[in-house]
Amino acid sequence: MTAPTTHGATTHAGGNEHSHDQDHGHEHAHGHELPFWRKYIFSVDHKMIGLQYGLTALVFLLVGFSLMMLMRWQLAYPGRPLGWVGKLLGENAMPGGVMAPEFYNQLGAMHGTIMVFMGIVPLAVGAFGNYVVPLQIGAPDMAFPRLNMASYWAFLPGGLLMIYSFFMPGGAAQSGWTNYPPLSVLTQVPGQTMWLFAMVLLITSSLLGSINFIVTIVQLRAKGLGFWRLPFFVHAQFVTSFLLLLAFPPLEAAAVLQLMDRLAGTSFFLPTGLVVSGEQLKVAGGGSPLLWQHLFWFLAHPEVYVLILPAMGIVAEVIANNTRKPLWGYRLLVYSVIFLGFMSFVVWAHHMFMTGMGTTMSTFFQTTTMIISIPSVIILTCFLMSLYGGAIRFTTPMLFATAFLPMFAIGGLTGLPLGLTASDIYLHDTFYVIGHFHYVVAPGTIFALFAGIYYWYPKATGKQMDPTLGKIHFWLSFLCMNGIFMPMFFQGMAGLSRRLYDPTIYAHGRAIQSLNVVISWSAWGLFLAQLPFIWNFFSSLARARAVENPWSATTLEWAAPSPPTHGNFPTPPVVYREPYEYSVPGQTSDFHPQFAGEA
Amino acid sequence: MDETKYGFWLPVDVSSHGAQIDNLMAVVHWFMLLLFVGWGIFFVYCLVKFRARPGHVATYNPVKAVFTKYIEAAVVVVEVFLLFGLSTPVWFKYKGRPASEKDAVVVQLVAEQFAWNFHYAGKDGKFGKSSTATMSGDNPLGLDPDDPAGKDDITTVNQFHVPVNKDVIVELSSKDVIHSFNIPVLRVKQDAIPGTRIPVWFHATQPGHFELACAQLCGLGHYRMRADVLIDTPEDYAKWEKENAPTPSEEQPPTAQQPAK
Repeated sequence: MTAPTTHGATTHAGGNEHSHDQDHGHEHAHGHELPFWRKYIFSVDHKMIGLQYGLTALVFLLVGFSLMMLMRWQLAYPGRPLGWVGKLLGENAMPGGVMAPEFYNQLGAMHGTIMVFMGIVPLAVGAFGNYVVPLQIGAPDMAFPRLNMASYWAFLPGGLLMIYSFFMPGGAAQSGWTNYPPLSVLTQVPGQTMWLFAMVLLITSSLLGSINFIVTIVQLRAKGLGFWRLPFFVHAQFVTSFLLLLAFPPLEAAAVLQLMDRLAGTSFFLPTGLVVSGEQLKVAGGGSPLLWQHLFWFLAHPEVYVLILPAMGIVAEVIANNTRKPLWGYRLLVYSVIFLGFMSFVVWAHHMFMTGMGTTMSTFFQTTTMIISIPSVIILTCFLMSLYGGAIRFTTPMLFATAFLPMFAIGGLTGLPLGLTASDIYLHDTFYVIGHFHYVVAPGTIFALFAGIYYWYPKATGKQMDPTLGKIHFWLSFLCMNGIFMPMFFQGMAGLSRRLYDPTIYAHGRAIQSLNVVISWSAWGLFLAQLPFIWNFFSSLARARAVENPWSATTLEWAAPSPPTHGNFPTPPVVYREPYEYSVPGQTSDFHPQFAGEA
Repeated sequence: MDETKYGFWLPVDVSSHGAQIDNLMAVVHWFMLLLFVGWGIFFVYCLVKFRARPGHVATYNPVKAVFTKYIEAAVVVVEVFLLFGLSTPVWFKYKGRPASEKDAVVVQLVAEQFAWNFHYAGKDGKFGKSSTATMSGDNPLGLDPDDPAGKDDITTVNQFHVPVNKDVIVELSSKDVIHSFNIPVLRVKQDAIPGTRIPVWFHATQPGHFELACAQLCGLGHYRMRADVLIDTPEDYAKWEKENAPTPSEEQPPTAQQPAK
């Protein structure tokens, strides 16, 4: 056997049952503590890496949200100085306390980038995927623990460099989170280059992780755990990993091409004959700005599903557990996410209907877009039907998971008028779009992630989070989220474009400026609503130990001690049945775990 | 400008094709509302009826539900109708160029950070030659001063005059970054992409003073990249054309009008 610190690196890759057993024997035999830096910093343990991802991503989520709270000031009260905050941010960003337009654009671009690439994806995949998947499949660790560590250590510098770009001369990237050339190439600030460097690191991190997940799920399942016995969360992570694996390389390539346009004088994305501020631009030319958009959206549409599928997985776990019955249509759910994953690769150009696309192309892409709505409807139907006939416990995770359903429904439904080309002519690039995808991602995905945190916190810490604080957190967040995103549909219908530093320039913006005030106060309220969560998250560590399986759950992660020790399971678990055997007739208890043998 | 024409839902529609878009918008929103309310009733019913309480146990066997299949089938049928009945026909007809260009007014539009340069062919109906190679601060459209066809051309900045009740074709291009030509009251939106020239057309049905707003982030001045849209009666349009036509004796000014702001 290898040294304890390289645990699993060689033994698990082969993935046969015997190597697990040997490995476990070894883990228990050595019994000495790892040095601090191997245990908490350069850890190869999937649980520690999951926690690293989780805590880092939560901090980044708060940073990304703070940028938005700043922007909301300018949108609610355009041109009004912002007291001491303005002074704190300095004369370049906020001259005289009033936000500069270029700073507003930086905040906008970085809000999107941070929330998507440094917040939600690392939390949904890096944290929950890493922590929960090996436990739910009964594996001692990920298949490639060192690759796992490398993935986190590509993510962290990527994220830190992204944040650092705010402090570079001229500030951070300011061409939207989509970073469309020629604007992004022509914007002469080093922060724009740093965005590309950081993105390359972040994408690399996701790529490394995705390969690891696929191999782990295929190779390291416990004995008896066939594909149709996997918890839905594992299926969702499995499809997500394929999306990451196939969609991220094109963006990585595109980012490198754009770096070359900026640094090496190439013109991949610059056409001939650009004239900027009355000056002929000295570039080779011959490139195409639309090439970037194709490469970007070829990633970024599957990316939407990378954000939503793990969320659906968490919601499925929490719903099955709290309705005390099996999921309705488990196989249908699995087929639907696979189909969703496949279709997500052929809808990307619906983001580009306004680029002068021909009628054939636009018809193709709006048709695929309508088709992709069908599995989403099926998934939602399955979740709703799962409630029917249950004995629903309204625990904190369940509150968030239940709220996910109508919120995701709003987000999904409002995608219809955007996917139809004719109505998209009017709604494209308006606040309607912002409302639509935020309903999917914020009260949708983020609520599911909160559900996951409350649900698996006892697994990771051995303690329960305070339910009263959890309920306060839920109801305030629910109220504020809707206060933020519902008015955006009306702003969009009124014709208000997104990314406007001052919407009151326009008559149609002035008519609905009051909505911006409502949205901004709701956003600041949402911040206050997170304080009980932050307090709860840390203070619950001091609470008394919870019971081993506090939710009376059936899936494999509850076969391990809480928190699981290195190697996860004292003895390799064996799986006897389907994942959600709740309220089985004739049983004395209302749950029959996957890992419990026939009595 | 008439501020009362804007509110919390779609603004006034002054185009010939806008009614079809508004109609689709209404149908799709009623459909969404119906689905959402239907789901919502079922959802709330379940949450109340099946809440955990003493003596209540969950049902292990899945409920046999045929109506879910009907709902899914209905969603498919409605979406097919939206797609091929309402959406695609509008797109086919109103993207690109109109079927007949005989009576159409053609305007060339070159967007730049952060202004809209309009170029009208003038009395002879012919555009003077222009090229990106000769564009400069003084000659934003890159007009060729020696081209006789260009002698009577009218150019404006951020002032978009069009006649009512006529097809108007706008040939869009950009000289620097991507902009987007967006006139909410005309239900028109089209990106202007450097290196390409993309046509878009509309047919205004009422005169009035409206706004053109850039809809694609184009830099720090994106938010103020607006133009006045002046839909003129035929008389007003003829008057404007006449007043702004360059006199043969005077040298062609590259910009006949200064921006409004």
